[in-house]
Amino acid sequence: MENKEPILKVSGLKQYFETSGRFTVRAVDGVDFVIYPGETYGLVGESGSGKSTIGRSLIRLYTPTAGRIEFNGMDISGAMNRTDMGRLRTEMQMIFQDPMACLNPRKKIGEIIAQGLDLHHLCRNRAERKAMVDDMLEQVGLAPEHADRYPHQFSGGQRQRVGIARALIMKPKLVIADECISALDVSIQAQVVNLMKDLQSRTGTTYMFIAHDLSMVKYISNRIGVMHLGHLVETGTTEEIFENPIHPYTQSLLSAIPRPNPQVEKTRIAQGYDYKAQGVDYSKGIQHHVGGQHYVLATPEEFSRWNKTRK
Amino acid sequence: MEQKNREKIMEIRDLSITFRTMVGPVHAIRGVNIDLYRGETLAIVGESGSGKSVTVKAAMGILAKNSVVDQGTIQYTYHHDDGTPKTVNILKLKKKELRRHINGKRIAMIFQDPMTSLDPTMPIGKQIIEGMLWHHRAGKDEAWKKAVHLLDEVGIPDAEQRMKNYPHQLSGGMRQRVVIAIALACDPDLLICDEPTTALDVTIQAKILELIQRIQKERGISVIFITHDLGVVAKVADYVDVMYAGKIVEKGTVEEIFYDPRHPYTWGLLSAMPDLDTADERLYTIPGSPPNLLHMVEGDAFAPRNQYALKIDRRAEPPMFQISDTHYAATWLLDERAPHVEMPPELRERIERMKMGGEPDGE
Ligand SMILES: Nc1ncnc2c1ncn2[C@@H]1O[C@H](COP(=O)(O)OP(=O)(O)OP(=O)(O)O)[C@@H](O)[C@H]1O
Ligand SMILES: Nc1ncnc2c1ncn2[C@@H]1O[C@H](COP(=O)(O)OP(=O)(O)OP(=O)(O)O)[C@@H](O)[C@H]1O
Ligand SMILES: [Mg+2]
Ligand SMILES: [Mg+2]
Repeated sequence: MENKEPILKVSGLKQYFETSGRFTVRAVDGVDFVIYPGETYGLVGESGSGKSTIGRSLIRLYTPTAGRIEFNGMDISGAMNRTDMGRLRTEMQMIFQDPMACLNPRKKIGEIIAQGLDLHHLCRNRAERKAMVDDMLEQVGLAPEHADRYPHQFSGGQRQRVGIARALIMKPKLVIADECISALDVSIQAQVVNLMKDLQSRTGTTYMFIAHDLSMVKYISNRIGVMHLGHLVETGTTEEIFENPIHPYTQSLLSAIPRPNPQVEKTRIAQGYDYKAQGVDYSKGIQHHVGGQHYVLATPEEFSRWNKTRK
Repeated sequence: MEQKNREKIMEIRDLSITFRTMVGPVHAIRGVNIDLYRGETLAIVGESGSGKSVTVKAAMGILAKNSVVDQGTIQYTYHHDDGTPKTVNILKLKKKELRRHINGKRIAMIFQDPMTSLDPTMPIGKQIIEGMLWHHRAGKDEAWKKAVHLLDEVGIPDAEQRMKNYPHQLSGGMRQRVVIAIALACDPDLLICDEPTTALDVTIQAKILELIQRIQKERGISVIFITHDLGVVAKVADYVDVMYAGKIVEKGTVEEIFYDPRHPYTWGLLSAMPDLDTADERLYTIPGSPPNLLHMVEGDAFAPRNQYALKIDRRAEPPMFQISDTHYAATWLLDERAPHVEMPPELRERIERMKMGGEPDGE
């Protein structure tokens, strides 16, 4: 996979928000990563660490504060002309984390799913449009009758699947899936993940899979990036991250995965990580190469310490 | 779990709810019974769309406008400040009474979709304080302090500054934690959590679950916990109700459900549970799709997807069969005339490994 040209190249991406007066949130504070065509890149990390913000910067809901983003050979970090914007809007799709916040409450589900098709004139006629919508509804485990309902008339998981259908119907090259299966029961989760994998093997779709469910991330991802406080603290293949986590945040994250076993779970204690107490300062760290595709953000001193004390 | 001296705080009986839609009535809840006792945690798990949220919304008296309660009662018992108990049927209470005496104050709910319960035009601090002032739980300054403290407890850094943020300025998981803070602000005695931690990473999730458990210990509150994450269920639940197509199909203690499941749907659910060692090319899914609740369900709603279905399943709905004092399941397989059917061998093995105290992935 590494000898292919990346479909997405992100370097030095920063996304700051100024909220009340003096308070600036450094949501994303200088991240670099690449994603290769046909792979699934899992993005995990602390709540509030900037994962969704990265997604939103990529689809250009925000103009990046700094850094460069290249998608399919075009620069999408600066001002963009109409054709490039049009390409971006069809070839890259984001499945949003908060389905209710992005589904127009006054529109029926069928309309919502077909919106992208309509906007970019991708259907020849109404029959084709209906067939595509019905097919997509079925693939995400909903029924054609659901097309006539409004978003609030759905359960949480059904709404989430509308968001998935709306993105996948565009046959995008890159899908940013932000917590797209978190509201689904395990069986339907599996169905959606199988669907995404099938689509990938048929059409070579690339995924950036943002999720908190680490067993699913482990299952679906080729490579993983771990975020904490706006920084990518560790990246590597799925195996490298799960078998040999170096960064203390990654370690604490992996140790906190709840096990579906009452006996174990009622007594388990997760490993803590206190950024401030341990005196870590991410802005001082540089990316250290651990081996293979495995990198960790650390100062030279931290790197040798963490590398030694790991199990 | 000791059975004695349990004080029942909620009893739902025969609850049936229909929604009117353009294409006809949707029979979303079809005869639900739930019991909840003081100080205990009940987890409700089940298929997406099976009626978990609608059931607990009914318990809060906040059903959608197009809903019709066909039958049933929801008895809720609380104590006045002087300690005298009072039992009310939530379904019969007026909106005004609910808002004044029950909602937010005694029963608080953490909604599944944080954006639907937050006001986008109001800073989050104000939203946390609002309930405390409305229910006279605190004065203005005290409420502000308590709100900052709560934000801190749910793990939001720079709590003081964050008070002035609007919902859209927060991450998904932060919004979810604000909703949790709002629910906890009025010291409710029944906390309903509908997927409260889906947007949280596992470390913050653990923190929140421990916070809820601590409050539960300190104040003896009862918790209803809806979640798809069976790891979370394993951690927090005393009892588990499994829902399918508008009905509870199995209920028991958390150990009974995880180690001795009896309903084929529960078997499917536990089999589909991903674990850290899944190497299969495809994940297991329960075959078929849930019944269309636009039509009346005849027989056992799960029958078309159940490889163990009996002939009678197509005709008659199974009653709840008792397995132990606490364990019940609605499947004809438990009838004495039914052939002997075992759970799938893969699941049996997985459970054996779990009981050995090992990881479900066999480490
Ligand atoms: N529009 C905005 N205005 C101001 N601050 C914002 C905005 N969007 C995000 N932030 C801030 O940026 C930070 C990162 O948010 P982001 O939504 O990217 O987190 P996340 O990693 O997706 O978290 P979660 O897992 O909780 O969804 C947070 O501190 C959030 O408050
Ligand atoms: N206002 C409404 N109008 C019509 N149907 C509705 C309405 N609200 C809910 N429903 C339907 O009722 C059923 C139960 O919904 P509910 O939200 O309780 O599911 P759930 O078990 O919470 O699912 P999830 O796990 O996906 O959140 C679903 O099939 C849903 O589509
Ligand atoms: Mg997010
Ligand atoms: Mg729900």
